[in-house]
Amino acid sequence: MCGIVGLLLKKPSLRPRLGELMVPMLIGMTERGPDSAGLAVFTPPLPAGQRKISVYSGLTEDGANYAWSGLVEALNAELKVQARASIKGNHAVLTFEGEADPVKAFIKAHGPKLHLLSAGRGIELYKDIGTPAEVAERYQFSQLSGSHLVGHTRMATESAVTPDRAHPFTAGEDFCLVHNGSLSNPNGVRRMLEPRGIRFETDNDTEAACRFLEWRLREGDDLHTALQKGFEALDGFYTFLMGTPTELALIRDPFACKPAVVAETDDYVAIASEFRSLAHLPDVKHAKVFEPAPEEMYVWKA
Amino acid sequence: MESLKFDLSTGGVRPLNQYLHGPASELNGQRITVLNPDGAHNIAVGLNAAVKVTIDGHAGYYAAGMNKLADVTIEGSAGTGVAENMMSGKVHVKGFASNSAGASAHGGLLVIEGDAGLRCGISLKGGDIVVGGSVGSFSGFMAQAGRMVICGNAGDALGDSLYEAVIYVKGEIKSLGADAQIEPLGDADTTALAGLLAAAGLDHNPRDFKRVASARTLYHWNADADQEY
Amino acid sequence: MSTEHPVTFKRLQREESASFDRGTLDYIHRASNTGLYEIRGLGAKRKLPHFDDLAFLGASLSRYPLEGYREKCSTKTVLGTRFAKKPIVLDTPITVAGMSFGALSANVKEALGKAATAMGTSTTTGDGGMTQEERLSSKTLVYQCLPSRYGFNPDDVRRADAIEVVLGQGAKPGGGGMLLGQKVNPRVAKMRTLPEGVDQRSASRHPDWTGPDDLAIKIQELRELTDWEKPIYVKVGATRVFNDVKLAVHAGADVVVVDGMQGGTAATQTCFIEHVGIPTLAAVRQAVAALEDLDMRGKVQLIVSGGIRTGADVAKALALGADAVAIGQGVLMALGCNRDTYQQGGQIHSAEADYAALGTAPGFCHHCHTGKCPVGVTTQDAVLEKRLEPDWGAKHLKNYLKTLNMELTTLARACGKQNVHHLEPEDLVALTVEAAAMAQVPLAGTNWIPGRAG
Repeated sequence: MCGIVGLLLKKPSLRPRLGELMVPMLIGMTERGPDSAGLAVFTPPLPAGQRKISVYSGLTEDGANYAWSGLVEALNAELKVQARASIKGNHAVLTFEGEADPVKAFIKAHGPKLHLLSAGRGIELYKDIGTPAEVAERYQFSQLSGSHLVGHTRMATESAVTPDRAHPFTAGEDFCLVHNGSLSNPNGVRRMLEPRGIRFETDNDTEAACRFLEWRLREGDDLHTALQKGFEALDGFYTFLMGTPTELALIRDPFACKPAVVAETDDYVAIASEFRSLAHLPDVKHAKVFEPAPEEMYVWKA
Repeated sequence: MESLKFDLSTGGVRPLNQYLHGPASELNGQRITVLNPDGAHNIAVGLNAAVKVTIDGHAGYYAAGMNKLADVTIEGSAGTGVAENMMSGKVHVKGFASNSAGASAHGGLLVIEGDAGLRCGISLKGGDIVVGGSVGSFSGFMAQAGRMVICGNAGDALGDSLYEAVIYVKGEIKSLGADAQIEPLGDADTTALAGLLAAAGLDHNPRDFKRVASARTLYHWNADADQEY
Repeated sequence: MSTEHPVTFKRLQREESASFDRGTLDYIHRASNTGLYEIRGLGAKRKLPHFDDLAFLGASLSRYPLEGYREKCSTKTVLGTRFAKKPIVLDTPITVAGMSFGALSANVKEALGKAATAMGTSTTTGDGGMTQEERLSSKTLVYQCLPSRYGFNPDDVRRADAIEVVLGQGAKPGGGGMLLGQKVNPRVAKMRTLPEGVDQRSASRHPDWTGPDDLAIKIQELRELTDWEKPIYVKVGATRVFNDVKLAVHAGADVVVVDGMQGGTAATQTCFIEHVGIPTLAAVRQAVAALEDLDMRGKVQLIVSGGIRTGADVAKALALGADAVAIGQGVLMALGCNRDTYQQGGQIHSAEADYAALGTAPGFCHHCHTGKCPVGVTTQDAVLEKRLEPDWGAKHLKNYLKTLNMELTTLARACGKQNVHHLEPEDLVALTVEAAAMAQVPLAGTNWIPGRAG
């Protein structure tokens, strides 16, 4: 079980404070999710010919001492993509020219235990084991800026506590998902998707939901249509919060057992599993506070 | 009368609840204000005296849970399970309430001025619930006794597996649950409605409501009835 | 064609099918008659790997026994040390499991309480609320909070010694309680806020929480309500035990209760009893492994139930790592369940005719759901319930619990223990491969534990 948080800053002058406003929200969800935490932030997009990839080295032998500069040198020598890295211990954001797939393939070959977290023009993704406060400190979340983000704190139910099983999960480019709840048919969903060329990295039930959406988006559905099909295919209890470069989207299953509350002002939209995580936000006393209805898709544009 | 103040931002709920569990002879008639609730859970649970508590803001889960005798007002919204298992007394939510409001309440009155979430009045056992707005799906699920008044609309599966509780709805009912049916409104109903609406401080005409009650066909297993089990 | 069969073929004419045996034929004939699933009482009747498949390694040249009686073997058991101001202190690790008033008569509840008090142990309320009889007679009473919330109220929470949040029970993990109309008499109906005589189906989920994240808040509510005085237990039917025990600990449980598939019920669908859940033997080890994984052994206590029958069962459960056990079916049998006689007004009476009237016989009866218990245990009938006199019942139950306790200490002493809680898995071996794999102890005479390398 878990806690989810989302924050979208409508007012551009607030965007440098995205991380600072979000960290208390994430820490407020520690009791719901004490064992791991993660977030995906959407920054102003890179030009069309560039991409960035978030990479995690925590599963390699060197861990936080991973030789990132060696990786970047080898990458540039091989593919000539003018890559540069922004490094925080066991995490790096590599920005480069050209398409993501060749770079991803290179990284996997160069360092098989490196874990690719996200790819796209706007998204950066961080996730690791530890309490939300520890993870926030490790990656300096309070310094993050951007238009919107999706965050999560985890209490593992059926799969193990490992960094790759933390949320958010990503699919394709510039898309991520966090989940509060428990799916009851993830194995059947996985067995349906694998023959269709969808690769799974973990046995986590949330990944099954994310890969299902990845499949539908790959087949040309828009997000709304993909989620409608998800209501049929995915069984169990869930609140999903998703991020794209321009939107935050939220849905709850028909039973709506897993909580969600939204606070909206002219300056921001904030989402959390419990009101406690929203209580510190500026002017929240005058915000419109409401609970999203089940089976309805809520979309907020950045 | 002066109100005793507890600031949850400095103290947390434990000292508040411990104080409110003191002897009824000392607490009766006292007024308590809870400042900076900020969505904290379990505010004023298990009260057992005629004390008046005002929560100045939003409450988290189980606010006024298992209330007995006390009068609790929540100025903002309330999280899951407000007044759950209430035995007597009154709980009044000025804003909206989340899921399972008044779950399993045996007595007392729960008033929600705004909307209530899903499963409002689930497993009700004799309490009264009056909602000024609308209620979510599965409200009145397995409600055994007591009365619910919904001035707005009701979601899907209203009163599914209803026992002897009665639900009054003014607005639209998206769908009725298994064994729930609409029945004609009698004089006893309009009298009851008038009393409940007055107690809640809401102004509606009792004659505008529909009565939903159990068809009582699920009381005994019956192979020929094609029941949903 | 001759109608006489040669002698050599006679046996072939009476060959029973293993799949479509007589029991299965009865099942199908019954289903085609009624159109409804079979409902019955007690627990799983089929043969399952159980504690009988384990044996103790008693004293030897390398391990020295204690003398019986003269050399002390302590059975004191403390439950709920994690957060509660007033943990439960018992004289024995053998407790009485939750069984509802409604399933059982008020006389039985009184007998349970009296016996438990005499033994220095606890009883547990069940899916029907707390009766005066039980609270007054039982010195230590655990109050259950179930999905149905029948009769649940804060005054009884305040009167209880511990609170047990029930997710499920071994007989039917995933199903709610059930009481058929014939047992919903006026008193039961009033306590459960139901019309008299209806077939009662409890909810299978709690009304105001789902999932361990919300359970954490619910447990906090119960703690706040009781000013942190009383231990909070969390009970699960044994399914995904390793995960569930870890989550219960994360949610704040002081004590975890795990009920294996052999656990009983007064009424549920047979398909549930026989086909859902895992054997108690497998559940214990998984529960203990979860506590060890979180470094919570000794901080969060484990109670195991589901087919605990004998002192040897208790000893083996403790050796595998449980802190205590809870007994349901065995307790009822001590009160007379499946006995051919009952005692009323100082006289012994035969109950055979009443068993026959139900279509069964002593030794085979599982008809708790009918409310016509021939010995007055699982009934609300005003005539039948007189067949269990509280004082007689209390005496017999106390004798049973005392016997179990004596067997427990005998075995512990034989293994060289001064305290029954010092029994450990290394004191055990398995007699079958399944038991070795489930209990994670070696097959007797070997070093082999299936599933473990080396």
